[in-house]
Amino acid sequence: MSDRAMIQIEKVSKFYGIYMALDDVSLSIGEGEFFSLLGPSGCGKTTLLRSIAGFETPTAGEIYIDGVPSLALPPNKRPTNMVFQSYAIFPHLDVAENVAYGLKRLKLSPEEEKKRVGDALDMVRLSGLGQRKAHELSGGQRQRVALARALVMRPKVLLLDEPLSALDKKLREEMQVELRTLQKAVGITFILVTHDQYEALALSDRIAVMFGGRIAQIASPKEIYQRPRTRKVADFLGGMNFLNAKVLGEQANAVSVDAARFGAVNLVKPQGFAAASGHVTVGIRPERLRLLWDDDRAPHELTGRIENRAYFGEVTHLTVGIDGLEQPLSMVETNNFGADDLPVGAEIRLAYDPDAFVLLAEDPPVSRV
Amino acid sequence: MTLFTQRLRFIPWLPVYVAVYFLFLYLPILLLPVFSFNNAATTTFPLAGFTTKWYGTLAGNSVMMEAAWNSLIVGISVSLLSTILGICAARAITRYRFRGQRAATGFIMAPLFLPEIIVAVSLLMIVLAMGVELSLFTVILGQTVFCVPYAMSVLVSGFEGFDRSLEEASYDLGETAIGTFRRVTLPVVAPAIVSSLLVTFTISLDEFILAFFLSGTEPTLPVYIWGQLRFAAKLPGVLALGTIMLVASILMLTLAEILRRRTERRTQMAHMLP
Repeated sequence: MSDRAMIQIEKVSKFYGIYMALDDVSLSIGEGEFFSLLGPSGCGKTTLLRSIAGFETPTAGEIYIDGVPSLALPPNKRPTNMVFQSYAIFPHLDVAENVAYGLKRLKLSPEEEKKRVGDALDMVRLSGLGQRKAHELSGGQRQRVALARALVMRPKVLLLDEPLSALDKKLREEMQVELRTLQKAVGITFILVTHDQYEALALSDRIAVMFGGRIAQIASPKEIYQRPRTRKVADFLGGMNFLNAKVLGEQANAVSVDAARFGAVNLVKPQGFAAASGHVTVGIRPERLRLLWDDDRAPHELTGRIENRAYFGEVTHLTVGIDGLEQPLSMVETNNFGADDLPVGAEIRLAYDPDAFVLLAEDPPVSRV
Repeated sequence: MTLFTQRLRFIPWLPVYVAVYFLFLYLPILLLPVFSFNNAATTTFPLAGFTTKWYGTLAGNSVMMEAAWNSLIVGISVSLLSTILGICAARAITRYRFRGQRAATGFIMAPLFLPEIIVAVSLLMIVLAMGVELSLFTVILGQTVFCVPYAMSVLVSGFEGFDRSLEEASYDLGETAIGTFRRVTLPVVAPAIVSSLLVTFTISLDEFILAFFLSGTEPTLPVYIWGQLRFAAKLPGVLALGTIMLVASILMLTLAEILRRRTERRTQMAHMLP
């Protein structure tokens, strides 16, 4: 991965009538980067991807692909290739013919074409299945054909539109590993559209979280999970306990707040922070709260009562009511120590780390017209 | 419950009903080929022995051959015209959402449900009012109006599942719009188009009312057959001709259905989820 920008999106907006699908989106994606566009359905992520491919024309702005302004170029003139959500395998062609589809226009010698198709099939581990018809393939195999058909064109950017959403969970996890390995092997820029936060976290170098046609935050998976900028980003990336806290004081890089029963907490101050009313929202992830057993002691403890319990196999989700807190807290506890046997109503103690709190900005109001 | 009613319950009523139904439907049609090979000028039992002479007389019948030629011209023209119009309509209906879509579909399909004789009379009035000579051309126009709904039904079922991303994938892989139509769109829906051609040709081949009203001095086969029925002696020949038309129709419709199912499989498979 180099620092050179492969895709530059500058102030791109897209209207459908008066409906605003994209609202002044700007971002830059590096060469060889695995970049994800993450958000709920209707957030504009697919519109943005299709704008890069050339299937949508933004109303305003410009998209540079490898430095070339590309909005005037049709899809067949862009150095991008796409893996469609439905895979779009040509039903009248076999696997090898599907993969060779785009090569036909390049007028390669038959040996060269055969070699490239063979290499592409090897790459997605479909060697020997070249003569299969599309309807003889499993979902995972169709996915691989779609990948090979796009990669064989040696695009500068590979666009993936929810490519794993049609697969069952186990296959999806296998394909995630494969996709990541493949991207490292070919070294080209991948842009993935997904609504699955785990997929985005597991695969990406960087993630852009989108809401209402806008980008809410762009960061590495770890940063976006641990330091979400706004309440919505925090919520979309996973479980989060939100608390209303009173600002006690502000320093250059830190804010100290009174987080109700959690006491005074020092928080990293985000850029451009301004507490309008002296109150802010802070959050702590459920897994950062830890159950204390028998003689366990921790520097920061709270007592509470189990209000609800849900068994998830390897972990148990607990809802714990704490006196003095408006909302009960969510916790995730591994089942190694018997959290799954705790009865509802049991009195428990929990430990927390004050450094695990994040300060969350208010989300801008969403307006799509 | 008496023993009698208990026994009644054991008679498999439903299969009996189905058997009677099919007998009623197909027995008369099966008699057609039987009598066409019967060595007698009358259609009565017992049969008088096997012969193919009635088929022989057809070959020498120049008026009949003329009518067959007319039917062929009309059939091919009608199937081409109605399929082309059907392709446009089916594509619009399956691909786009527009105001008045339901109404448009309804109006295209309406000739299916209108009394054919009324359609024929009104077409005849218009054709005469416009001062157009009755000919095979007017038959072609009339039957096309009548065949477009059939063409559209067959084509819509073929186009319905056509995944738009197939065309997008083709553009994305560097193909032009014309190339995409030639290499993706056409091959995927080709069986449906052939199926539509066969269905409309078959319908045109045995369509009588419109042809009778609009053909003027150039009869098609059904009109010719109608004319022959007045002569008892010609009946076996008509039966032989009818048998040929029957077999041809069944073959074409079977082929059409096979092709229609193939497109359906193709287009649906393309975006079938695992």
